[in-house]
Amino acid sequence: MSAFLALVRRDLSLAFRVGGGPFLGLAFFLTVTALLPLGVGARLNLLGEAAAGFLWVSAALAALLSLDRLFQADAEDGSLEQLALGDLPLEAAVLAKCLAHWLTTGLPLALAAPVLALMLNMPAGGYGALVLSLLVGSPVFSLAGAIGAALTAGLRRGGLLLSLLVLPLFVPVVIFGAGTVTAAINGAEGDAAFLLLAASSLFALVLAPLAGAAALRIHLS
Amino acid sequence: MGFQRVEIRADGIACRRGERLLFRDFGLTAASGTLTEIVGPNGAGKSSLLRILAGLLKAEAGTVAVVADGRVLGRDDEPPSGLMHYLGHLDALKNPMTARENLAFAARWFGAAHGIDAALERVELKAQGELPVGYLSAGQRRRLALGRCWMIARPLWLLDEPTAALDAAGRALAAELIAAHLAAGGTALAATHEPILAGAAQAMIA
Repeated sequence: MSAFLALVRRDLSLAFRVGGGPFLGLAFFLTVTALLPLGVGARLNLLGEAAAGFLWVSAALAALLSLDRLFQADAEDGSLEQLALGDLPLEAAVLAKCLAHWLTTGLPLALAAPVLALMLNMPAGGYGALVLSLLVGSPVFSLAGAIGAALTAGLRRGGLLLSLLVLPLFVPVVIFGAGTVTAAINGAEGDAAFLLLAASSLFALVLAPLAGAAALRIHLS
Repeated sequence: MGFQRVEIRADGIACRRGERLLFRDFGLTAASGTLTEIVGPNGAGKSSLLRILAGLLKAEAGTVAVVADGRVLGRDDEPPSGLMHYLGHLDALKNPMTARENLAFAARWFGAAHGIDAALERVELKAQGELPVGYLSAGQRRRLALGRCWMIARPLWLLDEPTAALDAAGRALAAELIAAHLAAGGTALAATHEPILAGAAQAMIA
């Protein structure tokens, strides 16, 4: 456990020193939210209706920003070999790195989302669902994203390929996530979307460390 | 301090990279208390051999056995990774983190027998402990990586060009670290272009 936490802490401290930590994702989130009304025009109803889906899409894109470096940095400086040769299985190392990535992307976005939702005139009633759905669903961006990041760890400019690889994995999460919020706004019994979202998250939690570690082993060999 | 006696045996190893067969029928036995220098021209497969021995790379053919205190550890039952430390040709150091923080992470990731201060002192980097590793020279980074080997203190060392980028004093330090490791009962294999220790066994890859 100590080794697992050591890796999480190392990645958090690296994220703060190199990538600005949570502020990169937050700045991106804020920028697009500030630009959207300018692009759409002052149509408050339209903005309010689209807010949930829009925030979910932004969260997915914000996660993508830092995903390409998730394993690439370790692959470049030889740390990946040390991670693979530790006493913890490589799967645990992948999970630790996903956790650190989520703590610096998904979590701060989930917490900041209500403020941005307010800027987009999202109807009352959806705020709790927005935060809850982002807390439950955004780990998928880090977990499923880690599979793509592991597959592209050895590529110099892997960002484009990474985006294409993880796009289909992000689709269900955005659908169920935005669906959860919309259902809550409409006062509908929106349990189904939320349960499917939670299921995707658990599924990714189990599968991503295995798939990510397998991809990294291929990269190392 | 004495190490568990660890021996590594490789038999009939063949290594393929892509279409090319780098070497085949390579065998060696490295016993506790000995250094084996793996020599051969550039591109002969020295690094690949070390990666095979470390378990990072799958050999095309042949077997690797790690023997600890006379007991053969299969690849399957108990990972021998806990007995070895691999130092690749990259230093595996994080540039934004200080020398001390890099060692602190390694100590928690692998477990350590020596303290961080002792390790910095051992490789004469005490004054650079609080500097981000990105500011260190290539030779200093190599020293730090060797200090990490010493700190983690696993019985079997697999070193890929341990003296690369080191000056004369650094090479002497590396030789001293390895000699002390062997004296404590450790085992070391090093891919190298220059002799590290007099009297080391040599394994040639052609």
